[in-house]
Amino acid sequence: MTQQKHRSSTKMVPMPTYSIVPERDVNEIPVLETRHLGIEFGGLKAVEDFNLTIGKTEIAGLIGPNGAGKTTVFNLITKVYEPTTGAALINGRDLHGMSITQASKLGIARTFQNIRLFDKMTVEENVRIGLHNRIKYDMVSGILRLPRYWSQEKRQHEKALELLHIFDMEKLADEEAGSLPYGAQRRLEIVRALATDPKLLLLDEPAAGMNPHETEELMENIAKIRDQFQIAILLIEHDMNLVMGVCEGICVLNFGRVIAKGTADEIQANPVVIEAYLGKKKEG
Amino acid sequence: MTAFLRFLINGVSLGSVYAIIALGYTMVYGIAKMLNFAHGDVIMVGAYIAFCGLQYWGFPPVAAILAAMVVCTVLGVTIEGLAYRPLRQAPSLAVLITAIGMSYLLQNVALMIWGANPKSFPQTFINSSTWNIGEMSISSATVITILANIVIMIGLTLFTAKTKMGKAMRCVSEDRGAAELMGINVNRTISATFAIGSALAAIAGVLLCSSYPILQPTTGSMPGIKAFTAAVFGGIGSIPGAMIGGVLLGVIEILGKAYISTEVGDAIVFAVLIVVLLVKPSGLLGKPVREKV
Amino acid sequence: MTKEKRKRLIYSLVTYLLVIAAFIFLQSMIANKTISRSLKGQLVPICCWIVMAVSLNLVVGISGELSLGHAGFMSVGAYTGAVVSGWLLNGFDVQDTTLRLVLAIVAGGLFSGIVGALIGIPVLRLRGDYLAIVTLAFGEIIRSLVNVFYVGTADGKLHFSFLQKNMPDAVTMLVDGAKGAVKVKPISTFTAGFILVLITLVVVLNLINSRAGRAIKACRDNRIAAESMGVNVTKYKMMAFVTAAVLAGMAGALYGLNSSTVVPSQFTFNQSINVLVFVVLGGLGNVLGSIISAAFLTILPEMLRAFADYRMLVYAVVLILVMIFTNNPTIRSWVNRLTAPLRKKEKTGGDAQ
Repeated sequence: MTQQKHRSSTKMVPMPTYSIVPERDVNEIPVLETRHLGIEFGGLKAVEDFNLTIGKTEIAGLIGPNGAGKTTVFNLITKVYEPTTGAALINGRDLHGMSITQASKLGIARTFQNIRLFDKMTVEENVRIGLHNRIKYDMVSGILRLPRYWSQEKRQHEKALELLHIFDMEKLADEEAGSLPYGAQRRLEIVRALATDPKLLLLDEPAAGMNPHETEELMENIAKIRDQFQIAILLIEHDMNLVMGVCEGICVLNFGRVIAKGTADEIQANPVVIEAYLGKKKEG
Repeated sequence: MTAFLRFLINGVSLGSVYAIIALGYTMVYGIAKMLNFAHGDVIMVGAYIAFCGLQYWGFPPVAAILAAMVVCTVLGVTIEGLAYRPLRQAPSLAVLITAIGMSYLLQNVALMIWGANPKSFPQTFINSSTWNIGEMSISSATVITILANIVIMIGLTLFTAKTKMGKAMRCVSEDRGAAELMGINVNRTISATFAIGSALAAIAGVLLCSSYPILQPTTGSMPGIKAFTAAVFGGIGSIPGAMIGGVLLGVIEILGKAYISTEVGDAIVFAVLIVVLLVKPSGLLGKPVREKV
Repeated sequence: MTKEKRKRLIYSLVTYLLVIAAFIFLQSMIANKTISRSLKGQLVPICCWIVMAVSLNLVVGISGELSLGHAGFMSVGAYTGAVVSGWLLNGFDVQDTTLRLVLAIVAGGLFSGIVGALIGIPVLRLRGDYLAIVTLAFGEIIRSLVNVFYVGTADGKLHFSFLQKNMPDAVTMLVDGAKGAVKVKPISTFTAGFILVLITLVVVLNLINSRAGRAIKACRDNRIAAESMGVNVTKYKMMAFVTAAVLAGMAGALYGLNSSTVVPSQFTFNQSINVLVFVVLGGLGNVLGSIISAAFLTILPEMLRAFADYRMLVYAVVLILVMIFTNNPTIRSWVNRLTAPLRKKEKTGGDAQ
């Protein structure tokens, strides 16, 4: 305990921020960089001293036991919570004091652990909300149905179908989002997030509730999305096959602290990680 | 100076009525997470029952108050069971609209039974005498209201701290799901909350009409809204908050009416509500809540 | 064109056609003199209440925020309309009633919109129940302030005050405190009401089916998700709120200029609840439903004298029952099971699955 305290008091010296993937170009500004990010809830340190760097087009995984603070990290990066210590930077820009909306405009998009679709709207409209800041027209053109309304609506529609095509969901465009099966809702959340044209995509347990076949498909699609959109992806997942299969770098969180970082092989061999997941081996 | 002191005491007295009503709001809001819009009209029903007891049935004052409390308790629990319980999982908009409907129902039923003509509330031991302190004369109703408020506050604080039901209430207000898992009967706890709140509303009704003896079907709605304002002011869910909020609001209202303008007294009260919500939405003693994502 | 779009287009067309057909029908009744006196007197109020209901539906149904002070905006519009009309007549001798009516309605909408924006900035930062209670508070504040508000005109200039003694001597009073707006020349016409209803429909229906409307609905369905998609929640909540305030102000101006006085007691909390009943009964988010229920419930008390006495009682019961029936999971699944055979047929007929 005293040792921890000592460590947090020496935060003035910035730690060398190294990428999980060793061969990344060091001169390039990373998409995401967090420096000693942390938050307290009434004295409880939910996340502490969280340092992570993700470069362009990297896929990183954030794993850890339940209650380790993974979703809290997402909430800090997306500005649902304002961190009590440290900073998060997107493309070199500090997110300090920004709202969720402003952070989104800088290029962060996310999905949610407990799905948050616009249930009463159609699948296509959900994607259109993602396109909100990309294909615009003002309220007056909308009310008076000016030419701009028609052209932009058409563009939105076409773009929405194009995005839905990633998961072959065009046929579902007219369905009510809330009526879709679970797996399709998760995929729709990803499409909607991609619609915002993000630089960094945060996926919170994308495979939760999916069957092995669907998970397999999702894995391929995550890699495909990265290649097609040239974006960085950070994902939280309990399905180790998916994490080990698709993530180039993995960060392990326990009790709000990073306990290990590295590639899939390194993490699997790391005794600290094994201990966190399986508990301490009894002596003797 | 004497005038100011008299206004101040009257304000504290009116505020005490608000505080007692605010308790009903704050407890229900804390535990059922709903704004019971009909609470103000339960006050009116309580006052009418007490009125009937005194005027028509020949009850002694204490019996009339007890009758009002019993009727209001039954009424509160019935309202909760019939109208609010089916909506436990519904969006707050639906619950609020239902509560507004309930408020209207009570007002209109009262209108049918007792008519629109204002009734003048009879004199009881509460408001029969006036005491002179120096140059200042104070009605006994003022003093009794303040004393009743203090007794109720102490009683309720002890109740929530010491008794099993009180602890259950605190649990449910903290985390309904967890309380249910711990074997607490949530529905019964919420019913008990409505019962207590409504019984207090009956007392508030009698006290209110002892100081302002005009009784009509809309008597409860304005004090009800102001008491909610008081609950918000003090921090919703907090029992001492309801007391502080109520008393402050009563003082502000009386002083505002006395020194600024009678017509805009209500406007001042509501302006206070708005300022409080903007500056400190969790109220004076409330805790801020965080949405789970 | 997708199925969903077709459905919406048909819905809009039906709404417009119904309103236009009703107007033509009523106009022909007026021409043939087959209309009853009481119904004729109700025509302009019906238009006003339709506009009120549709605009409140924009806030409650589409934006998902309960506003309990909608009548407050109506009163702002009514007073502004009465003042503008009286000022134009007394100060500038404008005899053309159509011009006066149009200017009064525009001014009523504009001023109510400004008030709406001023109220909206603080109020829309709040959520749920707090927002409802604060809109109620604002409605009451507006009402208490108009009660002590005096406006008069002298030599083409307007004089305002909260104190009667500040009024100059040779003044024509337009708003006289608790007496309300006095000596109003009734200039509202049914045609003006019909046009106002049409304008309201164009604004609300087109807004709902546009980028801004979708953003408003997204904020209602899931605030955090909407913010995460880069939607500025406050802006869109404000848009719905202010648009509704403008429309309510216009309806108020029309309503105020339909009789010879405007008094504060016409726009109490009860009226706000009245409009809320129209909206809830017509269906949250359902514009056509709001129109029908507003029209129907405005005529009903006139037609059934006996009903008038129990009107508020029935309204209260209706509010409670509609909410329980549409929101209780047990009752809903029960209703769903009853209607399941009907819906199955529809699904197999469609091309969706």
